[in-house]
Amino acid sequence: MAVRYLLGNEGIAHACLEANVDFASGYPGTPSSEVIDILRVQEDRPFTVEWSTNEKVAFENALAAAWCGLRALCTMKHVGLNVAADPLMTSAYTGVTGGFVVLSADDPFAHSSQNEQDTRRYAHFARLPCLDPSSVQEAHDMLRDAFALSEEFGLPVIFRPTTRICHSKSDVALGEIGTEHRTAAFHRDPRQYVVIPAHTRVLHKKLNEKQEALKERLVELGYNRHAVRGRTAVIASGVAAAYVQEVLPDDVSLAIVGAYPIDEEWLREFVDRHEKVLVLEELSPVVEEAVRQVATRTEVVGKLTGTVPYEGEFTPATVAAALAWAGIAPTIAFPAVAPVQGVPPRPPILCAGCMHRPTFYAMKKVFRDGIFPSDIGCYTLGLQLGAVDTTICMGASITVGSGIARSGETHPVVSTIGDSTFLHTGIPGLLNAVYNDADMVVVILDNRITAMTGHQPNPNTGVTATGEESTPISLEAICRSCGVSWVETVDPYDLPLLLDTFRRAKERRGVRVIIAKQPCVITARRSGIKRKAYAVDPERCTGCGVCRSFGCPAIAFSEKNATITDLCAGCGVCADICPSGAIGMEGRQ
Amino acid sequence: MKPSFDVLIVGIGGQGTVLASNVLGEACIIENRTVRSAETHGMAQRGGSVESHIRIDGELGSLIVPGTADLLIAFDLLEALRYRHYLPAGGKLVVNRHLVVPTSVYQQNLDVPDEESILAALADLDVACIDAAGLAAEAGSVLAQNIVMLGAASRHIPLRPETLEEAVRRCVPKKTVEVNTAAFRLGREAGARGTP
Repeated sequence: MAVRYLLGNEGIAHACLEANVDFASGYPGTPSSEVIDILRVQEDRPFTVEWSTNEKVAFENALAAAWCGLRALCTMKHVGLNVAADPLMTSAYTGVTGGFVVLSADDPFAHSSQNEQDTRRYAHFARLPCLDPSSVQEAHDMLRDAFALSEEFGLPVIFRPTTRICHSKSDVALGEIGTEHRTAAFHRDPRQYVVIPAHTRVLHKKLNEKQEALKERLVELGYNRHAVRGRTAVIASGVAAAYVQEVLPDDVSLAIVGAYPIDEEWLREFVDRHEKVLVLEELSPVVEEAVRQVATRTEVVGKLTGTVPYEGEFTPATVAAALAWAGIAPTIAFPAVAPVQGVPPRPPILCAGCMHRPTFYAMKKVFRDGIFPSDIGCYTLGLQLGAVDTTICMGASITVGSGIARSGETHPVVSTIGDSTFLHTGIPGLLNAVYNDADMVVVILDNRITAMTGHQPNPNTGVTATGEESTPISLEAICRSCGVSWVETVDPYDLPLLLDTFRRAKERRGVRVIIAKQPCVITARRSGIKRKAYAVDPERCTGCGVCRSFGCPAIAFSEKNATITDLCAGCGVCADICPSGAIGMEGRQ
Repeated sequence: MKPSFDVLIVGIGGQGTVLASNVLGEACIIENRTVRSAETHGMAQRGGSVESHIRIDGELGSLIVPGTADLLIAFDLLEALRYRHYLPAGGKLVVNRHLVVPTSVYQQNLDVPDEESILAALADLDVACIDAAGLAAEAGSVLAQNIVMLGAASRHIPLRPETLEEAVRRCVPKKTVEVNTAAFRLGREAGARGTP
């Protein structure tokens, strides 16, 4: 057995290989993306792997593979499961023949997300098993065995790691990569796979009948376990279980919930042996609610008593504070310290040379009084440039835009959406805007890649997940076929043309689409595209600060003058912005 | 009970904090020791402030609690200031004598921080200030600053220097092994000299 230093997601990907995964699909989303990213670059790959266009698409593809008897994996971030919720709910009824694992990674503290929803709620809603690892090693071990669990019960298994599992590293004991792969075979069975009312009523009953055996099995497998040590107990789930063990006194009992549904008998037996139980879990009080349902005489403290925070992620300090609140003295007294005040913030920022920056600049210059719905991607960072007025979920820039425009709001609406997000869920919104005659501009920020999550390819990139050339698609043709008559494609590094395009768009009515097209500056650099850096002529710089408002990280100010740092990627847009003509390509002044 | 040796590495997205933490993790594997670490991914990476937690001999969670770190390695002076509360009073800081002014300072017209005032605000710590850019250039590439910093901090880390060097060789791209090994050694020597 090899021991390696691995990222949680690397351990998870390796576990899939050990379990002979035959089919893997997903849509990128932090903190889940590395699982498919690792599977897709495996050499000698005896399985199918794809980046799909969205999570519903990914889910249905993998579900179909599992219906054909294959072991299938589907990955997404927690909010992706909202997109895939439609097939999820009914897949619990149809069940699967091959093992099907649905990885939905939660993000407590919303490090890189729009909310802090809890995937365990979906598992409860769908009546599907859910595995909730407390460490990287456990994530590996659980996922390796999850396919067999799925096959045993004929149900999809939801696997729910959190950010501090996916993006933590640890020494991980690995098994051998499997070599047994299956051949897909679809066996026609309409009573299973055609969910007309007559069939689905029967399937629903079958799903419910599986629950009791499932609960017992999760205890047998050791996922839900406890140790009785005193009259007070802590029940913890996920990564909170690791933090608790750092600070828990020896005379306090501990139960760890690593899988759902929880066996009520097992839980009641543990709870009944204690006078007081503290429940520690990130996000929703899923375990706590189960504990309250079985507790008769035992005092239960947790989120619902205000002892444990609802929001954000835990740390050992949060857990120690909760123990103290509950009357349990933690073994470590963490110091009360505060960060130094007044340190200038360093938030993430659009890269030097990023194509989104000039696009936002031109949009704001032409549509001074505009309303700017935007979307999910790097370009959400346009918030810092005053170019993002709304962001709610994937694809919503266009629909929120058309909704504002059709609600009678008189300011012009300019929606911005990335290429991958447009293909994900933007197209139905565009079609709807045209169909219902919204008056709006849609800007597709086409950087040819799904950048924010780590540069995964999409249908617009021209290559598949595994690097094969894919059938070219045209965003312009897609927009035209949705019924948009005015579609202009422009290079956002060409600021005068970009401004002119926005101005021409402003003169028209109806749905107008501008495609601002330029490769992501990071992928361009990686593919060997080199541009000369720009420099400021100190003689001509008046220190007016116009370039400062452009917000490029390569532009610095010393004393009165602007300077360009070695971060410059050579897009040259600042040269067009400077009113004094003080910026030029290095060595050409 | 605190069985692990906790190192916090901080910097700016793109400076190679993750590679530096990978070297420490790999060194733990070589010495057959347990390790836990946590990294910044996704949205937080785009030129923003980043942190890597590494708990040598850690067996449970990957997060270090403020006030309890055994060592802070900062690739930027301002980031040292931002994360100094992770150290206890008088704790050990190894910091790069290098300051990238955040774009937010120019956009929001904040006071531009300077090297002297930041160093003054760190003076109550046990500080080693390292010219990583100069040493990395001497080693053959300014890109090796992260390994210079690791070398400079290595005396304070409970891992054998030969293990760390082997870990550097395993973690960096093959073409850069020589440069990075030199960077580690130059850093280690500079760390021994302390604050220049």
